Amino acid sequence: MAEKTLHAVYDDDDKLLDAVKKIKAAKYEIEEVYTPFPVHGLEKAMGLSDTRIAITSFIYGCIGFCFSIWMMNYIMILDWPQNIGGKPSFSYLENMPAFVPIMFELTVFFAAHLMVITFYLRSKLWPFKKAENPIPETTDDKFLIEIKFDGSEKELKKLINKTDVLEVKVHINKKSSHE
Amino acid sequence: MASHYEAPIRKPLVTGNKSYHDVSVDISNAVEGKANKQWWIVFSISMTLFLWGVGCIIYTISTGIGVWGLNKTVGWAWDITNFVWWIGIGHAGTLISAVLLLFRQKWRFAINRSAEAMTIFSVIQAGLFPIIHMGRPWLGFYMLPIPNVYGNLWVNFNSPLLWDVFAISTYLSVSLVFWWTGLLPDFAMIRDRAVKPFQKKIYSLVSFGWSGRAKDWQRFEEVSLVLAGLATPLVLSVHTIVSFDFATSVIPGWHTTIFPPYFVAGAIFSGFAMVNTLLIVMRKVSNLENYITIQHIELMNIVIMITGSIVGTAYITELFMAWYSGVEYEQYAFLNRATGPYWWAYWSMMTCNVFSPQLMWFKKLRTSIVFSFIISIVVNIGMWFERFVIIVTSLHRDYLPSSWTMFTPTFVDIGIFLGTIGFFFALFLLYSRTFPVISQAEVKTILKTSGDNYKKLRDKNG
Repeated sequence: MAEKTLHAVYDDDDKLLDAVKKIKAAKYEIEEVYTPFPVHGLEKAMGLSDTRIAITSFIYGCIGFCFSIWMMNYIMILDWPQNIGGKPSFSYLENMPAFVPIMFELTVFFAAHLMVITFYLRSKLWPFKKAENPIPETTDDKFLIEIKFDGSEKELKKLINKTDVLEVKVHINKKSSHE
Repeated sequence: MASHYEAPIRKPLVTGNKSYHDVSVDISNAVEGKANKQWWIVFSISMTLFLWGVGCIIYTISTGIGVWGLNKTVGWAWDITNFVWWIGIGHAGTLISAVLLLFRQKWRFAINRSAEAMTIFSVIQAGLFPIIHMGRPWLGFYMLPIPNVYGNLWVNFNSPLLWDVFAISTYLSVSLVFWWTGLLPDFAMIRDRAVKPFQKKIYSLVSFGWSGRAKDWQRFEEVSLVLAGLATPLVLSVHTIVSFDFATSVIPGWHTTIFPPYFVAGAIFSGFAMVNTLLIVMRKVSNLENYITIQHIELMNIVIMITGSIVGTAYITELFMAWYSGVEYEQYAFLNRATGPYWWAYWSMMTCNVFSPQLMWFKKLRTSIVFSFIISIVVNIGMWFERFVIIVTSLHRDYLPSSWTMFTPTFVDIGIFLGTIGFFFALFLLYSRTFPVISQAEVKTILKTSGDNYKKLRDKNG
């Protein structure tokens, strides 16, 4: 595990983007960036891979769609077929037009809720979860880059100071911390 | 600055030389400050109405639906009128938050939070009516597809009323998570500013530990986009299904294929009017005039004008189709609407919904705060009458002239309706004092393109 953590604080999104590009170019590994709002182009500059959350939503939607068909087929056709309003329930396909609204609603229900739950779990968001932004101002108007590194502090500081930085702080990591 | 270019012809959406920090301060002011006297007065009135409504609900449930003005001919009246009215009002919130997101309309950022809050609060009001109308609300679980004590007697999936149950519960729950997910970064902002320990605790709890990591933001934006994509057809489906409650029947005046688009347009129309009613007051009271500008109100007025015109076209199409169909029951139903004993309801509807929004063609009128406020209320009165006209006038003179009758609401009907209005405003007032009423994180993303200070800078330096 890296010995030290450096926090560089910026007061503008453009300055942050510029700094991220410079730090990346110097082959330092950026541990994390905390921003008060989504900064466009940041994930590209940091080299984050695309999120796959939309794909999960599609899969959940398919599950919801199949579930609705299974449920209505079981309830209306298999378990207790009835002749309602002269529309007998003998085959799913014949009765399908009446089932379209529910098929649609359950598709949306599954796709939306399970995707949001996936998002909350992946990003570790739930009630009683402690916030992890190093300084509280990063939800207001400050942007913070966190870099973990070994060895010379001077060199990295020199690089950071070349960017339009507001404040730099270095923390020594405790040996016993998680890893 | 070049990356934040926006055509100079576009008017600034955020005025008053705001910096990122100013946005945080302005939005959290309402939460951190104390409520003034007017807030308490309006809140007390709303709570009084709400309690009166609760009393009427208890009276209804303990005595029976007979305490309403319903009779054998008019078996549905104010309850379903109010239900459709509230559901319709809810639609604007999703339209603003989802459809305008898909169309990349930047002006939505100032109003989407409150519009979504309005959606949730009004869908709650709407949901009350079918539950009360059951008479035995504790048996409400009969609407769910679960095996019950009488063996597997299931719900009927052929019935539009059951489609409604699914549509509205999906709509309410999806709107709620959409709203809450958007709230997380803003709750986090208030949490990190909070000084009082109790406040800090509450906002830590509701912000779910939001820290604003780059990856979180990436997912956040993707989730918002996908939810918007899901909510757009969802919101159209909800009012379509509400209109099926009528359109799948064989009652003249209800049995119409035009109902789904006509209801959806009417819902957006009344919802935008309610957003205007609420925001015109809120921007003043919470000092948010720099975020919810005249331009925002003007744009909403244009939506009201357009959807009002669609609704007007639908009214005329309905009349034409009644004549063209050659069905004398259908023809009589519409003749009776316009010239029968409920002519006053029909013509109030026509004046409020078709005539009044046309005044918005005048720029002077649609940029006037007072005029917009008045029209927003007129529109919602008109939309209430629309549902009343569709429901009561189609029922009160049915196929059998011997059972023709009139409907008169009792004090209980009126009390429950006023109660939901009180409940709605009480919820909105509480919201406006405890929630970040503008999605500040999203406003900050458009500050450099649409903030007036940055626009001026670009004019100067190119």
